[in-house]
Amino acid sequence: MNEKAMRSQRKWQTIIWVAIILVFTYLASDITNFNIIHGIATLPNAITWIFSNLTITSETLERLPKILEKLAETILMSIAATTTATIFSLFLGLMGSKTTGTSSVLGVFARFIASVARNIPVVAWALILLLSFGQNSMTGYLALFVGSLGFLTRAFIETIDEASHSAVEALRATGSTYFQIVFKAVIPQCLPQMISWILFMIETNIRSATLVGILTGTGIGYSFDLYYKTLNYSAVALVTFVIVISVIIIELMSNRIRKVIL
Amino acid sequence: MEATTTLVKRRANGRISIKSGNKVEQVMAGTIFVLTLLTILAFFFFNYAGLDISRAIPETAYNLKTMFLEPALSHFTWGEAIYQVGITLGLAFLATILGAVIAFFLALMAATNLSNLWVSKTVRIVVAFIRAVPTVLWVLIFAIAAGLGSEAAVLGMLFHSIAYLVKAFSEAFEEVDRGILEALTATGANWWHIITHAVLPSTFTYLLSWTFLRFEINFSVAVAMGAAAGAGGIGFELFMASGFYFDMREVGLITYIILLLAIVLEIMSTQLKKRYFPAKAVR
Repeated sequence: MNEKAMRSQRKWQTIIWVAIILVFTYLASDITNFNIIHGIATLPNAITWIFSNLTITSETLERLPKILEKLAETILMSIAATTTATIFSLFLGLMGSKTTGTSSVLGVFARFIASVARNIPVVAWALILLLSFGQNSMTGYLALFVGSLGFLTRAFIETIDEASHSAVEALRATGSTYFQIVFKAVIPQCLPQMISWILFMIETNIRSATLVGILTGTGIGYSFDLYYKTLNYSAVALVTFVIVISVIIIELMSNRIRKVIL
Repeated sequence: MEATTTLVKRRANGRISIKSGNKVEQVMAGTIFVLTLLTILAFFFFNYAGLDISRAIPETAYNLKTMFLEPALSHFTWGEAIYQVGITLGLAFLATILGAVIAFFLALMAATNLSNLWVSKTVRIVVAFIRAVPTVLWVLIFAIAAGLGSEAAVLGMLFHSIAYLVKAFSEAFEEVDRGILEALTATGANWWHIITHAVLPSTFTYLLSWTFLRFEINFSVAVAMGAAAGAGGIGFELFMASGFYFDMREVGLITYIILLLAIVLEIMSTQLKKRYFPAKAVR
C-alpha cells in the first residue's frame, strides 16, 4: 500500500513537472514569436544552404595568411587575459577562502568582486570598455580579463576550500608564517586543479573572444563580421573552419595536460 | 649498494637533489612557462591603434560611475524593459528545453553502457565538432540560412546546449548501476523498457539539475546573442543603449537588471548543485 502511494505521488510529481515545462515552453514561444513547426520546416533548407554556400574556394585561400594573423591575435589575447587574471584571482581566492582568509571583510570583498565580474556578461563589459578604449586589442583583452577574473576567483576559492586542512594545520603548529603556509602547503596542493581551471578558462575565452571580437572589431571575430557583412560566405566558411580547428587542437592539448597532472 | 647509488640523483655540485624527476611537476612547470611566454608575446603582438590609456582610464571610470550610481531608463519604459527580459528568458528557455529533449536521445546513443561502441564514438565526435564552433557563429550562420528571427537564435543556441547536455547526460547514464541493467536484460526487457524503467527513474533528478544549470548559462548566452547577433531581448537594448544612444544611465540600469537575474539564477543553481552533486566541479 505504502509503495503504491509513493508510486502515485511520484507519478503526480512527474506530471506536474511536465505540465509546468509545457506551460513555460508555450509562454516562451509566444513572447519570442518562436514557431517550432516553422523552425523545423526551415531546418532542411538551412542545411542545404550551409552546404551549398559555405564552401571554401581556392580564391579565399589567398586570404588565409591574413586570417591566421587575426587568429593568432585572438588566441594570444585569450591567453594573456587568462594568465593576468590568474595572478589577481590567486590573491582574491586566498582572501576569499575559509582556509586561508585573514579577515571576513576581505573575504566578503573578494566574493563580491568575483560575483559582479562574473555575472555581468562579457558582452556588457566589452560594450562599456569600447566607448573609451576604442577599437583595438586592449578592449577585448580587458573585457575577457574581467570575465576570467570573476570565474577564476570563484573556482580558486572552491579549490582552496576543498584542499585538505591538515597540512595547513601542521604548518601552523610549527609556527610558520602566513606566507610560508600559503606557498608550502596551499599552493602546491591546489596547483594541478588550478592549472586545470586555467586551461578551461583559456578554452572558454577563445570562444568568447570571437564574440567580443565581433562587438569590438578585433581579432578573428572582426574578420568573421567583415566577411559576413560583405556576403563573402566562402571566406566566412574559411574563418569558421580555422576557428574550429584551433579550438579542437587547444582542447586536445589541455586534455592531454589534464590527464598527466590530475 | 649499486642500486641505491643509481636511484639517488645528484646535482652538479654533488648535493642530493630532493626533487626527483617527477613527470607531473615537469608538465606543470612547462605549462606555466609556456603560458607566461605567450602572455609576454601577446603584449608585443597587440594592436594598439587609437589607444590613449591616459584618456581611456579616467573616461571609463567616469562612465562606470555614471552607470552604477545614476541608473535610469530614457528610451523605453519599465514595462518594455520587463518585456525584453521576458524575450531573453524565453530564448534561453526554448533553447534549453528543446536542447534537453534532443540531448536525451543523443545521450542514450552516446552512453557506452546503453549503446554500441561505434554509435557512441560517432555521436561524441559530432558533439565535439559542434562545441568547437562558437555559439555566435552558429546564430549568425542560421540567421542567413534560416532567415532572421527568433528561430535562428534558438537554433544557434540549441546546438551548444545539445553538445553540453549530451556530455552531462551520458555521464549520468553511465553511472547507472550495472546490476539493474543486467537484471532487466535477464527478464527479457527490451532496450526501451530498460530506458523507461531503470535509466530514466534513477537519473531523472540529475537530468533536471543539469538542464537548469544549462539554463543559467543560456541566459547569459541569450544576452550575448541579443547584442552580437541581433536576436532581440535585453541584450539588444544594451547594445543600442551603449553603441547608438551612448546613454550610460540606461546602460547602467540594463546592467543592473542582467546582474540581478544572473545572481538569482546562480544562487538557485548553487543550491541545486549542493543538493544533488556536492562533489562535482562547477563546470
